[in-house]
Amino acid sequence: MEKTLDQIEVKKSVKVLKIGGEGRIRHHLFDLGVTPGVEIYVRKVAPLGDPVEVTIRGYELTLRKSEAQLISVKEVEE
Amino acid sequence: MASKERITIALAGNPNCGKTTLFNSLTGATAHVGNWPGVTVDKKEGTYKKLSEPLHIIDLPGIYSLSPYTPEEVVSRNYILDEKPNCVINVVDATNLERNLYLTTQLLEIDIPVVVALNMADIVRKNGDKLDAKGLQEKLGVPVVEVSALRSEGLKELMEAAYDACHHYRKGTTILEDKELAHLINDVAIAFRGKGVESPLFHAIKLVELDEIETKMHPDLIPMVDEYKESHKDDIFADDFEALVADARYQYIAKHYASHYQKNEKSEKNSDGKQVTRSDKIDKVLTHRIWALPIFVLIMFLVFHLTFSEDLFFLNRWFHVEFTHEGFINFCTGMGYEGEPMAGLPSPGVFLQNWFGWATGSLIDVVSNAFENAGVRETWYASLLCDGLLTGLDAVLSFVPQVMVLFLFIAILEDSGYMSRVAFILDRAFRKFGLSGRAFIPMLSGFGCSVPAIMATRTLEDKRERNRVIRLMTCFSCGAKAPIWALIAGIGALAGFAGDIFVFSIYLGGIAAAIIFALFMKLFSKDQYVSPFVMELPAYHAPQARNVGAYLWEKFKHYMIKAATIIAAATIVIWFLSNFNWNLTLGLVDIEQSILADLGRVFAYFYYPLGWAQGADGWKYTVSTITGLIAKEQVVDTMAVLGLNEETVLLTGAQAYSFAVYNLFTIPCFAAIGAAFGEQKGKEFWLTMLWWFVMSYAVAALVFGVGALYGVAIWAGILLTLAIIGLVVAAGIIVTRRNKKVVQQAA
Repeated sequence: MEKTLDQIEVKKSVKVLKIGGEGRIRHHLFDLGVTPGVEIYVRKVAPLGDPVEVTIRGYELTLRKSEAQLISVKEVEE
Repeated sequence: MASKERITIALAGNPNCGKTTLFNSLTGATAHVGNWPGVTVDKKEGTYKKLSEPLHIIDLPGIYSLSPYTPEEVVSRNYILDEKPNCVINVVDATNLERNLYLTTQLLEIDIPVVVALNMADIVRKNGDKLDAKGLQEKLGVPVVEVSALRSEGLKELMEAAYDACHHYRKGTTILEDKELAHLINDVAIAFRGKGVESPLFHAIKLVELDEIETKMHPDLIPMVDEYKESHKDDIFADDFEALVADARYQYIAKHYASHYQKNEKSEKNSDGKQVTRSDKIDKVLTHRIWALPIFVLIMFLVFHLTFSEDLFFLNRWFHVEFTHEGFINFCTGMGYEGEPMAGLPSPGVFLQNWFGWATGSLIDVVSNAFENAGVRETWYASLLCDGLLTGLDAVLSFVPQVMVLFLFIAILEDSGYMSRVAFILDRAFRKFGLSGRAFIPMLSGFGCSVPAIMATRTLEDKRERNRVIRLMTCFSCGAKAPIWALIAGIGALAGFAGDIFVFSIYLGGIAAAIIFALFMKLFSKDQYVSPFVMELPAYHAPQARNVGAYLWEKFKHYMIKAATIIAAATIVIWFLSNFNWNLTLGLVDIEQSILADLGRVFAYFYYPLGWAQGADGWKYTVSTITGLIAKEQVVDTMAVLGLNEETVLLTGAQAYSFAVYNLFTIPCFAAIGAAFGEQKGKEFWLTMLWWFVMSYAVAALVFGVGALYGVAIWAGILLTLAIIGLVVAAGIIVTRRNKKVVQQAA
């Protein structure tokens, strides 16, 4: 089922389907390796509930839920 | 390129790839830092001297891509394309090949020699992983050298390869050749070549991505891309070439390069099968759901305690520790033994400040005595040097030790990787005010001293946020303003308010004001754009003494140069105004007859609405706030010189509060102004000055007005004022939110 990254629970892995948004932020996400098909592991949520920390392409990335909302994903069955 | 006098090599790479360490190892003491023209991005230059001819090294800012989406990226891109260094060394973090090579694939598209430095090769080996540099070199088509910047391994080999590469022309290559877009890129590249543009391949690919800079510079070529889009509508990525190009790069990297890195199969894993690194273990504690905040508070407390505390670890307050040994007290306080026992121990910051103060104080004494002995102490030049320049510099330089100690801690937190975790932990709370989590550190530092605090705003990525935080800085009462609060608290009984509540309300009210001002700035900024928060959390590593040292040395130089120029000049001006009358006779006059006093009498009219400038003594308060520009301690000093002390200050409660509020929010001392100028420059700097002035004036007038209305319960008046401002701002926010929603629904 298609969801956005901000809806994914901690310790779940997902596959990126597409990136929404536009301009700078969208391109910045591409540059950081958030491209369609890549696997993202949601590692943890910050103490105040936002932002989230994910593992992608072997490194740690943090982004706000408002940015995570731009990323459409589907859950990976383990 | 042989026509160039010296060989220039640029270092390019991702943030946190060890580029700074490599630069420091290569250039050692030859490095110096400046700004790129027009932007506050550090420009580091140095020389590598171990080959037959000296090589000029430029450290480009850390970037993930050559897209023009951050100032760093624009600077790096323009530098490589326009300044044409003889060679680019691409520093690649070998432990994070996939993302690092993304930048490599773009650098290779430029017609410039490239050498790849595979950094952290030693860590790869330590982890038991395998790295095939030879294989990577074959695939990339440029020299690949394994180095460890930290241990200074492989540097000679790297520089030899780079030196050699400088002498061979290299034509750009792309990994996009066998992709669907290859035809289009090829055609556009031919068009660029026809226009005589250098590095046509790089420009062609950026144009196909419809990159901002490229489309602005070559609008005539856009139809080629549009035409192609029209005819290829059915492809998977439809017309999203931006996504297609980025995806193609990463796919190529995964397919062809990633195989040159083999993970150790036996390394530790968690229950999800994910690898557990040392960094993960540290993060389990430091960014823990519950413990993250208390640990953060503890770390911050320690930093400020070690920098500013007069009673280290509360030895005196809690354990009543006192020291009576004269030699020991002199050692701790910089010859400050006055026959009294010393309460507790000074923190390292205070300790250094004591000795620094002793040194500058002694210097003034020596010079002053020399004049005295020569019988010329009363001349204008002796006064200029002793009472003007040296005393002013002493006030400004007395911050140096604490500034440096605070920066030592900030550098350690930054270099270890903790600072990005701070942003992670606090972002949520700060975003509400239009700021990000990183803004916390400079704002908290503001309670100590605005100078390091303003300089620390450099750790903020977004320029707008940097400007806002600098403007908010005066809300946090710095140490030098404390004497003003002490004086006014002392007259509280006469003026009809409680001293302790007054001081408390200044500190708390400052924070409240900062929040209100931040909301205000957010509300009235031209665009409601909130800078996105997408950030790498780099792996922790032990801070490098060399990096921390280089950072401190840079800050120190920066500060000293400013002290010797702007601040010294300003000090001389104030000295002149307070020691001369309008006849400009050489004989020094009493401050009451000085130009400054007359200016004070004139400016007093201007400050009339604020209350405290009214009455016979009004000009004295006016002059005191003006001399506060030298250093905030000067406010009380000048008042003392003019005969105003706890017995003679005859302000009403409303006037006293207005005076305090004005001095809290207004333009800070020259040292802090200089720091703001260093960070902002140009229009933004003058806007900051205007903001400080207008805000302090407006709030002080409001406080006086409301306070006079409400009489004795002055602090209630202030709370009321703040509440009114808060309500106005809140109402404004609700209105804009509603508008935004309407706009969104319409769209």
